[in-house]
Amino acid sequence: MSRHPAMLSRRSLLGAGSALVVSFTLARPPFPTATAQSAPPRLPGSLRTTPMLDAWIRIDANGISVFTGKAELGQGIKTALLQVAAEELSVETKQITFITADTARTPNEGYTSGSQSMQDSATAIRHAAAQARELLIAAAAVRLGLPVEQLTAKDGVVSSPDGRRADYRELATAEFLHLEARPQSKLTDPGNYRWIGKPMPRVDIPAKVTGAIAYVQDLRLPDMVHARIVRPPSYGARLRSVEVAAVERLPGVLKVVRDGHFLAVAAQREFQAVQAMDALARASQWDEDKALPNPNELYDWVRNAASKEYVIASVGNVAETAGRSLEATYHRPYQLHGAIGPSCAVAQAEAGALTVWTHAQGVYPLRAALAEMLGLAQDKIRCIHMEGSGCYGHNGADDVAADAALMAMALPGRPVRVQWMRDQEHAWEPFGAAMVTRARASLDTGGSIATWQYEVWSNAHSTRPGGAGNLMPAWHLGRAFSQPTPEPIPQPTGGGDRNAIPLYQFPNMRIVHRFIPQMPLRVSALRGLGAYMNVFSLESFMDELALAAGVDPVEFRLRHLADARARAVVELAAEKFGWDAARKPSRGLGRGFAFAKYKNLAAYTAVAAELEVERESGQIRLLRFVAADDSGEIVNPDGVRNQIEGGIVQSTSWTLREAVAFDETRIRSRDWSTYPILRFTDLPEHVEVHLIDRPGQPFLGTGESAQGPTAAAIANAVANATGVRIRELPFTPARVKAAIAV
Amino acid sequence: MLTLNINGRPHSVEAEAATPLLYALRDELGLNGAKFGCGLGQCGACTVLLDDRPILSCITPIAVTQGRQITTLEGLGGIDNPGPVQRAFIAEQAAQCGFCIAGMIMRAEGLLRRNAQPSEQEIRTHMRANLCRCGTHMRILAAVRRAAQAVRSARVDAPPTQDARR
Repeated sequence: MSRHPAMLSRRSLLGAGSALVVSFTLARPPFPTATAQSAPPRLPGSLRTTPMLDAWIRIDANGISVFTGKAELGQGIKTALLQVAAEELSVETKQITFITADTARTPNEGYTSGSQSMQDSATAIRHAAAQARELLIAAAAVRLGLPVEQLTAKDGVVSSPDGRRADYRELATAEFLHLEARPQSKLTDPGNYRWIGKPMPRVDIPAKVTGAIAYVQDLRLPDMVHARIVRPPSYGARLRSVEVAAVERLPGVLKVVRDGHFLAVAAQREFQAVQAMDALARASQWDEDKALPNPNELYDWVRNAASKEYVIASVGNVAETAGRSLEATYHRPYQLHGAIGPSCAVAQAEAGALTVWTHAQGVYPLRAALAEMLGLAQDKIRCIHMEGSGCYGHNGADDVAADAALMAMALPGRPVRVQWMRDQEHAWEPFGAAMVTRARASLDTGGSIATWQYEVWSNAHSTRPGGAGNLMPAWHLGRAFSQPTPEPIPQPTGGGDRNAIPLYQFPNMRIVHRFIPQMPLRVSALRGLGAYMNVFSLESFMDELALAAGVDPVEFRLRHLADARARAVVELAAEKFGWDAARKPSRGLGRGFAFAKYKNLAAYTAVAAELEVERESGQIRLLRFVAADDSGEIVNPDGVRNQIEGGIVQSTSWTLREAVAFDETRIRSRDWSTYPILRFTDLPEHVEVHLIDRPGQPFLGTGESAQGPTAAAIANAVANATGVRIRELPFTPARVKAAIAV
Repeated sequence: MLTLNINGRPHSVEAEAATPLLYALRDELGLNGAKFGCGLGQCGACTVLLDDRPILSCITPIAVTQGRQITTLEGLGGIDNPGPVQRAFIAEQAAQCGFCIAGMIMRAEGLLRRNAQPSEQEIRTHMRANLCRCGTHMRILAAVRRAAQAVRSARVDAPPTQDARR
């Protein structure tokens, strides 16, 4: 650990009033001792990787700045982090300038993904802010000649009962917070919260609803030009020939770039670039191969492709003895992130350095990938996050940043804005993987689960950059980078096997993840990763077993659930929904229930659904969803609610409508008519969310927790309404109609 | 050189007559409200009003807007003085990423200009043209209901006109 001179000077500063230092030291040692250094304690959240306080909080004459390596993706993280910072700094939120992911300014917190931002960044900011506040109070104690006990910090001022005051901005010298965080902090008592646990209007919404600059799409730099890419017609297509001369003469065209199979054009005006792109596409000829699985045999391909077996849980002996046993197989197609706004980035190359404005989820990993692709040193590249359209995982954000970087290098000095077209977004984003799961279980004589076996076949659920080979445009360059063979994300979070291990207590259990490295269709992280399919499967199967056991599905879950917080969420959802175990099946009207603890590590979410199935058409009419959620200590209740509500509606769209269409050569889902999603007329009548707050408990990420339970609640309600179990997603009218076969 | 009447003011644009209105608004006039979503008229992110009716600016050539009134999100109010529909969206926190929301607000504005008392079914049917991917739909519906209420109250509360006072 390096000792900064400023620390020593502050140590002597604190030593100036020895009586004060005693009380301070008793409360908590102000600085790590030599022994503490020899056995580094575990720091909270992202302080583990970025321990310096001034990486998170800076206070100077201009005020207070707070930094996060996480990015606002529309999930409201900026507002929640601001609440946490304001709470522990004991200031108004409006006193804080908040800075998000930027490789030149903020900590490296990897990706904003996995519902991790509260656990990683809010925890770090909370502790850094609390420690900063205590240091400010200590400094004020010295300045005012008063013991710290007599001082309170509020709204950026430390004051004494007799009215003496010291402003944070005067107390903080330039290097004031340039020291390492300690593992323990004096956190604000939940009884004194001003910001945490209170609904706070999102800070980003006013700009978004009035047309202020809110997105990278809105960034306009002086002398900026527009570029469009001509993508190959299919993944492996090769550019055989292209006539560029006529395109170069089109109005506004500045440059046509051809580098291997990467083909693009830049123009003065945006629509000129679009027209030139169309002309360039018409002037190009490509060679294509049939390289994709037969879509009619997709699940055979998933089951039969070479895979690596990982036994991720093995408890007791799953050899079945007596009792009834059931087996079921479930299917999930490829599904899209489908951002409403296509991916966009702006890049500018100047004097050997490159700046990229991007909506990527990880500015640092993107920087590393761009550096490799361009052969530039990482310190020559700055990636600045700006919001884009919601991404829901790894979509085209990184790729379009690579497009913009390539075009900026080709047009030195000019900022270049690249935006994908709709068909490019649909066809080139990495999809959520197609998956097959097989569950087998047996019941004991008392109607409880005696053995449980589960297998999941899946592609990778993360092919995020970090290396150039995961930037799609780099595949097409003359000096091409190929996509590396992916590795599975290990448990306990897992990728394809995320939530494959049930939270339920089964005496005998074996869970196998069959990881398929080969990726004929491009895949990566889609909100929830494998949890969406695994929760759909195992929560469907729980209902199948409950039916076989003759037990109410909610009661059946509780029978196998030991975790008290899980039970509380299940019971609350059932109660608020008005779940009635004595209810008789009603033809056409169905009720379904499902539960999961996301990743078995994050938020607990239970969802109950009520719907009608029209037998003649197979149409599902959604009546209501009632959800209960425990996300640990809640910072912004309205933010949590918004995430759960959104998760329910988005998962409903996946579950009822969505499957990527393709043939053996090309992706056929290229717009919203070939990939329909939920519209307003398809919505449930009512969605309600009930929250269980756990003040003082760790934050548990909420962003993805509703995806799986919603799918299974729908499936269980459809089974309840029709008496027929559907195990293949999505539940389109045609599939439902065929299943119930009137 | 064509002249577009946008939010009550004339604007000259250099774009060719066939250029979709969206590109003129965003690229030439620097207006951020209307968004590019699909360029195909399928998602509604680019919705603006043409003579009080919602249109899809990504597939509307500027030529057909000549001599007509275009209203964009900016025309409803700015960040310091948002209009009733914008205020309703803020009050309901009806946004996640917010990328579709400008189009949602303009679609809703188009409804409320001709019918300030829409039924729930009318709202849902009217909003059907616009897609949201974050699943903010339920809040958007709540915001439209709230906006309708605000528009109705404003009419009731509005000071009497000169004629009425006489």
